[in-house]
This record gives sequence, C-alpha cells and structure tokens, in this order.
Amino acid sequence: MRGAPLSFAPTTDWKSPMASTNPGPAAPPKQAAVRPAVSLRGAGLSFGTRTLWQGLDVDIMPGEFLAVLGPNGSGKTSLLKVLLGLQALDEGTALLDGRPVARGSRALGYIPQQKSFPPETPLRARDLVGLGVDGHRWGVRWRTQGYTERVDALLEDVGARSYADTPVGLLSGGEQQRLRAAQALAADPAVLLCDEPLLSLDLHHQQAVSALINRQSHERNSAVVFVTHEINPVIDYVDRVLYLADGRFRVGAPSEVMTSEVLSDLYRSPVEVLESNGRIVVVGLPDATTHHHEVV
Amino acid sequence: MDFQEALAAVFTFDNYAELLPLVRNSLLAGAVLGLLGGLIGVFVMMRDLAFAVHGIAELSFAGAAFALLVGANVVAGSLVGSVLAALVLGLMGIRARDRNSIIGVVMPFGLGLGILFLSLYEGRAANKFGLLTGQIVSVDDVQLGLLVGSAVVVIVVLAAIWRPLTFASADADLAEARGVPVRGLSILFMVLLGVAVALSIQVVGALLVLSLLITPAAAALKLTAAPGRVVVLSVAFACVSVVGGILLALGGRVPISPYVTTISFAIYLACRLIASRRVTGTAGRRTVSASARGSGVSPTPST
Repeated sequence: MRGAPLSFAPTTDWKSPMASTNPGPAAPPKQAAVRPAVSLRGAGLSFGTRTLWQGLDVDIMPGEFLAVLGPNGSGKTSLLKVLLGLQALDEGTALLDGRPVARGSRALGYIPQQKSFPPETPLRARDLVGLGVDGHRWGVRWRTQGYTERVDALLEDVGARSYADTPVGLLSGGEQQRLRAAQALAADPAVLLCDEPLLSLDLHHQQAVSALINRQSHERNSAVVFVTHEINPVIDYVDRVLYLADGRFRVGAPSEVMTSEVLSDLYRSPVEVLESNGRIVVVGLPDATTHHHEVV
Repeated sequence: MDFQEALAAVFTFDNYAELLPLVRNSLLAGAVLGLLGGLIGVFVMMRDLAFAVHGIAELSFAGAAFALLVGANVVAGSLVGSVLAALVLGLMGIRARDRNSIIGVVMPFGLGLGILFLSLYEGRAANKFGLLTGQIVSVDDVQLGLLVGSAVVVIVVLAAIWRPLTFASADADLAEARGVPVRGLSILFMVLLGVAVALSIQVVGALLVLSLLITPAAAALKLTAAPGRVVVLSVAFACVSVVGGILLALGGRVPISPYVTTISFAIYLACRLIASRRVTGTAGRRTVSASARGSGVSPTPST
C-alpha cells in the first residue's frame, strides 16, 4: 500500500490541518525513519492584501505523490515557485531534503507549464533531453557514449524516439512537453515538481506521461508535487491531495478531501462531488474562481 | 571616376605576392576573430541579443574615440567602452523588453559621445573613419598580441561555461531550477560579448559588427539545428568572411569591411536559399515521423 492514510477528522479550524501534524499509528513504516523530501511549516504567502494560503504544514515523503488542486489564482503555481526558491515565503519555513530551499537545486526536477521554443533554437529533441542529463556541468561534453545511451533511453520512455533528431522549434506543444518530462526525469531527482504537465497532451500521452511520473515516484522514490486542475488522469497514482481554495486548504488522501462536504466547506458554497467509474466529477464550483474541466 | 577605375579600386591583384606577407598579422588576427565571432554568435542568436550587440558596439566606439583623443591605446579604449556597456545591460536588463528599451536609450548617447570625441580629435582623418568602418590592415605586433590574447581568453572562458550557458540560454527557468547560476552566467556572458564586440570593431568597425557576430550564426541556423554542426558552420562562415575579406581587400584602395560584410551576407543568402529548397523535404520528414508514431506505441499525434 502506498500513501499516507491520514485519518479524516472534521474540523472547523482550517488554519491547522490535520495532515502533517498527525503522524498517526497507520503511517507507513518508511515515514518513521526517512526524512521528508519536502517540509513546509507554518508556510504562508500573500500578494498585497490577498492571502493565497497560510499556516500550511505539509511533509512530503520520498516516494509520495502529492497532487495540488484548486481554482486558478489559489496559489498552486506559487507553491512550486516557493519550492524552486524563486518566491520567498511571507511566514513559516520550507525545507527541501532537510535544507532551506535555495534558488534551484540538483535534487530538483521540474516540468514547467507548457511554453514553446522559438523556431530557430539550435537544439534537437535529443539535445533538449541531454541538457537534463548533464546541462548543469561545466565545460564542453567530451565523452558521449554513456550520454547517448542515457538520452536514447529517456526518449524511449516518453515515446519520443521517432522525433529524436527533429529541431525542438518544429515540434508540437505536446511533443515538447514530453521532452520536458524526459529532461526532468534525467537526473533522477529526489523531488519532482510538475506544473500542469499534462496540458496540451492528448489522452494517450497524458496516460504515458503520468505513468512515467508515477514510476519515478513509487519505484524510484522521488517525492512528486503535481499541480493540476484535473485530478482524474492521475487519480490512480495520487497518495495525497492538497486542495487550495479561497485562502484556505485541506490535505489528505483523495477519498478524504474530494468529498462534497470538504469542498463545499472550502469553497463556502454547495459543491457536489460525484464518483463514477473511478473518476471524480465536481459539480457546482463557483464560476468566478474556477475553470475546472469537470464543471457540468 | 568611371566604372573601370572604381572596379580597379575595389579589385586589384597587382603585386599580390609581395603584398601578402605584409598582412600576415591581419590574416592571423582575422582568423582568430572569425573563430571568436562564430562561437559567440551562436549564443547571441539563442539569447536574442542582436540589438544588444549593436548597442554595445556604439559604446565601444565612444571608448575608442576617447582613447584616440587622449592618445591612449585604441583597442583598450574600445574594450573599456564595450565591457562597461555590456555590464550595464547585463545588470539592468534581464528581461528582453527592458533590455531593448535600455539599449535604445544608451545607444544614441554612446554614438553622440563618440562623435564629440572624434570632432575634438585633430589627428589623421583615416583613424576617425577606421573606428566606424574597420582598420585591421594596420595591425602591428603589439596590437596583434592584445587582439589574439583577448580572443583566446574569451574562447577559453566560453568553452568552460558552454554547457550551463546552453542550458540557461535554451530554458532559463529550467536551468535555474536545476541549480545553474543563470544570472551569474548571463552577466559573465555579457562581459565576454563586450570583449568580442570590442575586438570585432577592430576588423569591421562599430557599424558593421553584426556582420561578424550575427550573420554567420544566423546563416548556420538556417541549415541545421544540431548544436555541434551549428558551431562548426558558424565558425567556418565567420572565418571565411574575415580572411576572405582581407585577401580580397589587399590590392584595392577600399577598407576591408565592405568585403567582409558582402561575403558574410552572400553566405547568409546562400544558406537561406538552401533552407527554402529544403522546406518541402522537412515537411515530408515531419509527416513521415508522425505516421511512424501512428503505428507505434503511442498512436495519436498530439496537438
């Protein structure tokens, strides 16, 4: 079994969620000895007078897949920026692998939101992936044998072998996105941050890429922070959900957080969560704050 | 001057064998600067810095003009001017939009200063003109040492930061996430670019620097996206332009810069032509690869 089976204790005090403060007797044994890959304590972030979130206490263990959900503007991407060291917290602390977050880290893999390359970028698909393998090293690449094998294997993993030698500027958004996934996995990162990595992918490649990220998490023991507006493509892989909305949040297993009761409380308006065939459909989200695909 | 005389001024090959040894220094300097221009041009293209090159060149011109006025070393003056300009751009304009407006503000100021210094200068008029249009034919041993030495330093540093600079130039956000010192590299690259601009000015002059730092790399990018091949082609194009320009200019009475810029432009045109002929072929290849994928593990072509 995977995941952090945290008991769901209904509470009106949203500022002190139960997730990380409750190790619980049911916690998997690996959590007892292993240091969290990501640790947020009393973390808060505001822009001007608007509070994105505060009092955020979350530990993400190695091998854990955390989905971050919430409407646009709820601070999902800002949370990633904090972990990337690009955005300072207003309060609280953020630790990465036991150390305070710094501007970038070798322990990090990052799949950013889709952004396309200019047409004349002097890189082929394989060169882009190769940057993830050794792009941070100084000097010029001399030995290429192990490098080429590694890049070929990564291209194979994301189904990109057929366009390995095509210039990145000529590739579609979905093709480029798969290369970014391969690039992020290249370094076997301890923490993998994903910002809407499935956008602009068709269903097949959504499945392929999310399965790949799942493998990185559960087989290679990376902590995954997966920002998404749509939980269904990764519902089978998610251990815990962090749901951000309206300055508040909820952490817990999907079955605990994705309920009518919890979401209605978070949104402060009646929201209905339906389950059908293992898919979760959220009905009645407030229009102004969301662009959920599931809205019916 | 009729057309015959004009032609004779541009192309003369009398006494060519005797003239050749006289420009040995210039040829050597030209080859090294071609190598430098070809290498650094690839990053100028990747980082979208063409306008910055032009702006740095104008401040470099101001520095050189000041050195000429006070009787200092012109190459050193030009180096100081362009490195200062490059540092200002590197520190102030991280985002392309900010950078372009800063360049637009700084460039005419530099050019104005240069013109002021030149009009105060009372020496040979050829020296004045040379700063704007190039003067490599008169390279002496001391200058050659300074030129080649600076170029070698820039090339060595560029080689040392090659991979992280490529990463940072291709995708700054990702490189930063992986711990690549993106901002430091950006500033260091601007300094290298400043030195390269100052050196190139000695060959083609402040107004024509782009022909050495942009055109060869832009031409190479028309032909290939493989990083190794881009570098080799870009260096080859730059060296052919400079060395070819010096050789052609030898007999005539015209400065070398028109030869250099014309060769460099001709190469670019040829590459564009080849690339446009290939477009059908490229489109075909992409279609083939899409259908190959269709029969593979992942059947649906993505958006």
